[in-house]
Amino acid sequence: MSFGGPEVCHTKQERLTMSESLQSAIKEICEVVGNDRTQMMEIVEQVQDRFGCVSSEAMDLIAQQMNCHRVEVMSVVSFYSFLSEKPKGTVVIRLCNDVIDLMKGANHAADAFRDELGIEFGETTPDGKITLEWTPCIGMSDQAPAALINDEVVTYLGSDGARNIARQLKEGTAPSKLVGRLGDGNNANDLVKSMVHNNIRNAGPVVFAEGIVKGDGLKKALAMSPREVINDVKNSRLRGRGGAGFPTGMKWDFTRQADGDKKYIFCNADEGEPGTFKDRVILTEKPDLMFEGMTIGGYAIGADEGILYLRGEYAYLRAFLDDVLANRRDAGLLGKNICGKGFDFDIRIVMGAGAYICGEETALLSSAEGMRGDPKNRPPFPAQKGYRDCPTAVNNVETFCKVTRILEKGPGWFSEIGSEGSAGTKLLSISGDCHKPGVYEVPFGIKLREVMDLCGAEDVQAVQIGGPSGRLVGKDSMDDQICYDHLATGGSLMVFSRKRNLLKKVLNFMEFFEEESCGYCTPCRVGNVLLRKKIEAIVNGEGEPADLEYLQTLGETVKTCSRCGLGQTSPNPVLTSLESFRDVYEAALKPALKDGSQPEFDIRAALRPAEAIAGRASSHFAE
Amino acid sequence: MSENVTLTIDGKDITGEKGQTIMDAALANDIYIPHLCHHPDLAPYGSCRVCTCLVNGRPQTACTFPISDGMEVENDTDTVNEMRKQIVEMLFVEGNHYCMFCEKSGNCELQALAYRFGVTTPRYPYQFPKREVDASHPNVWIDRDRCVLCARCIRASKDVDGKHAFDFAGRGPNRHISVDAADGIEHTPVDADDKAVQVCPVGSLMLKRQGYKIPIGQRKYDHEPIGTDIETGASKKQ
Repeated sequence: MSFGGPEVCHTKQERLTMSESLQSAIKEICEVVGNDRTQMMEIVEQVQDRFGCVSSEAMDLIAQQMNCHRVEVMSVVSFYSFLSEKPKGTVVIRLCNDVIDLMKGANHAADAFRDELGIEFGETTPDGKITLEWTPCIGMSDQAPAALINDEVVTYLGSDGARNIARQLKEGTAPSKLVGRLGDGNNANDLVKSMVHNNIRNAGPVVFAEGIVKGDGLKKALAMSPREVINDVKNSRLRGRGGAGFPTGMKWDFTRQADGDKKYIFCNADEGEPGTFKDRVILTEKPDLMFEGMTIGGYAIGADEGILYLRGEYAYLRAFLDDVLANRRDAGLLGKNICGKGFDFDIRIVMGAGAYICGEETALLSSAEGMRGDPKNRPPFPAQKGYRDCPTAVNNVETFCKVTRILEKGPGWFSEIGSEGSAGTKLLSISGDCHKPGVYEVPFGIKLREVMDLCGAEDVQAVQIGGPSGRLVGKDSMDDQICYDHLATGGSLMVFSRKRNLLKKVLNFMEFFEEESCGYCTPCRVGNVLLRKKIEAIVNGEGEPADLEYLQTLGETVKTCSRCGLGQTSPNPVLTSLESFRDVYEAALKPALKDGSQPEFDIRAALRPAEAIAGRASSHFAE
Repeated sequence: MSENVTLTIDGKDITGEKGQTIMDAALANDIYIPHLCHHPDLAPYGSCRVCTCLVNGRPQTACTFPISDGMEVENDTDTVNEMRKQIVEMLFVEGNHYCMFCEKSGNCELQALAYRFGVTTPRYPYQFPKREVDASHPNVWIDRDRCVLCARCIRASKDVDGKHAFDFAGRGPNRHISVDAADGIEHTPVDADDKAVQVCPVGSLMLKRQGYKIPIGQRKYDHEPIGTDIETGASKKQ
């Protein structure tokens, strides 16, 4: 699948032909999925892929074919960044603008693209061939700057590289031909063929151990009762690796006990937290471990169907993962009568299309049901009423890998690793100002200082732990442990050296949340904009002392009143930096006037545009 | 047979039925919990967050949260009301609300909430968004300037009118009401007597030629703050 599109048609005859082909294509696309309304994502993604947009006409045709309302299709298409009503170029360049990519020089690549293509970001070349866009973190912070060219990933993108790519694309080179030297491991697999590097810096004993035999964990699970499997997972003290840290065994127990014959297990591979990329490496190197964990989970909760929700940014791994699934079916590890034990279970992949919110489990379920990625009200929780209103367990990619190993080696083996409240290992995605960015599998309980030593971080000013939704900490936290009770993280660790402007990082994070809020609830939809604007004012030297109290109060209200995890954590960049780096804020505030007052309103600045139009300075302020 | 559940709201013991939300149990007991997206005839939605209460110390929306035995709800307290006031102010600065020129003035639930919470002027800067007006329909018009994204029209059109004439498009600050036609509300099956048209809490989805039928001064919230009818039990006698 590709999120680019073909050339825009110009002549009347072409338009007519396109209209006919659009109609027959949509009919075919819808029929392939059995005109199933819940497969709307697949349908609109394919239309986008083939026609470069989901046009107004296409929405009408989809609605007709699916016997639903046009506005329902519109509501889906308008939600996801990778879908659009207006035509995009045959090739879409999406340059990543997360903080790490900007620190590593994404702006130089941006200038080269602008210059060579003669367009701004958000625009398409006049010939309709190339669209240039910004995109938030694409999971390549360890090899930043990076960009997506349709589905292809390009990494370490400098000014020359960007210029070269733009030239080749203008000459009509296919994006797949832009990939230079292939990456390591399965990145070089025929079905992947990407220049992405794994950057596994520290292989721990659980996920990245050598010599794991495919099917061992599953066979042991199937020799036990589902209840015994859940007990093993409980006894291992495994908690969710996505960030929230809910005990996995307990989640599965709730789902197993919930009323309903049909149950589902979901793997959340919508790794969107800026600075996180460890799931990318699992998907590339350990997909069997993950799929096996899903199969074990399916057995434990009583599901016969599992769904991997894969973020659109990782579309380059789709064919490879489908192949891994096919191989597991051939090996009797998936499908009917698995391992000859009478257990039926299969897994399919649902693609996201550029929406961070879909990493929130109920938004993920909405999206997988073919709707916009709005989170659902809780209660009921997915364990009671999830996908298609059936009991559903949603777990992280890494969590499933751990399950497989726990079943293989026993809960005791796992729970002895790590710290008291946080058993096992954790995969960290480390990026930013350090010599060895990449993935580290470390035991829980490791001190932040040790992690900084491992990755070769010097002159550390601050570390963003757990991504923007986590915490910004300074040197006071170096002796704190990485675990659920102290420095909790879903995996993202971004290192900022002393030469970095922290307030600009906070601003970037707030821009991200503003962009990625679904807009369902008031505090998140409005509050994040207000927070961003105030931070922007402070960065621009327009901050007042009273602004710090404003940020604190507003941030707390957004956290308290928002409906889902996004809004409940989005003020964290502001609140945690206010806590750890208040001096940085204070230094950036406007100095008081001679009389000690702090005017909130700068009349000179406000008059400037009017003065520019009038071509003279206001007479009131004439010297 | 319904099962009784007992809980407290601001220390007062009340009884509700199992399966009820906090909002429904409160309304049945003449307790007003400020709300905006909630409407008694529509499915709970939980978007405006004005009905946020502290439930056993944790923030929850009364309109979506089910009651349970022994539950302690904090509703009419300074802490909770201060947060609600901030949310109402956010809604004011997010859209373009010119109450003095709006024919909904006096019947507007957002305006009435602002008066109840003592909002004189929002503490946040106005955003002045550019939003579309659709007056193509002979009898109904949409002014998105005043929309608070409560989804009442969406729910009513889908669940009551059976038309699904509205839905949300866009996300984040760009979230907005879209109609089920490429070129305007006139091409949808919306009628003047649709439930969807009656439930808008603000002056966003309105009937044409009705704006000043009730003179200013004689409107619903002109004399008593919003919620008074609930607190006095008058809403049930109607």
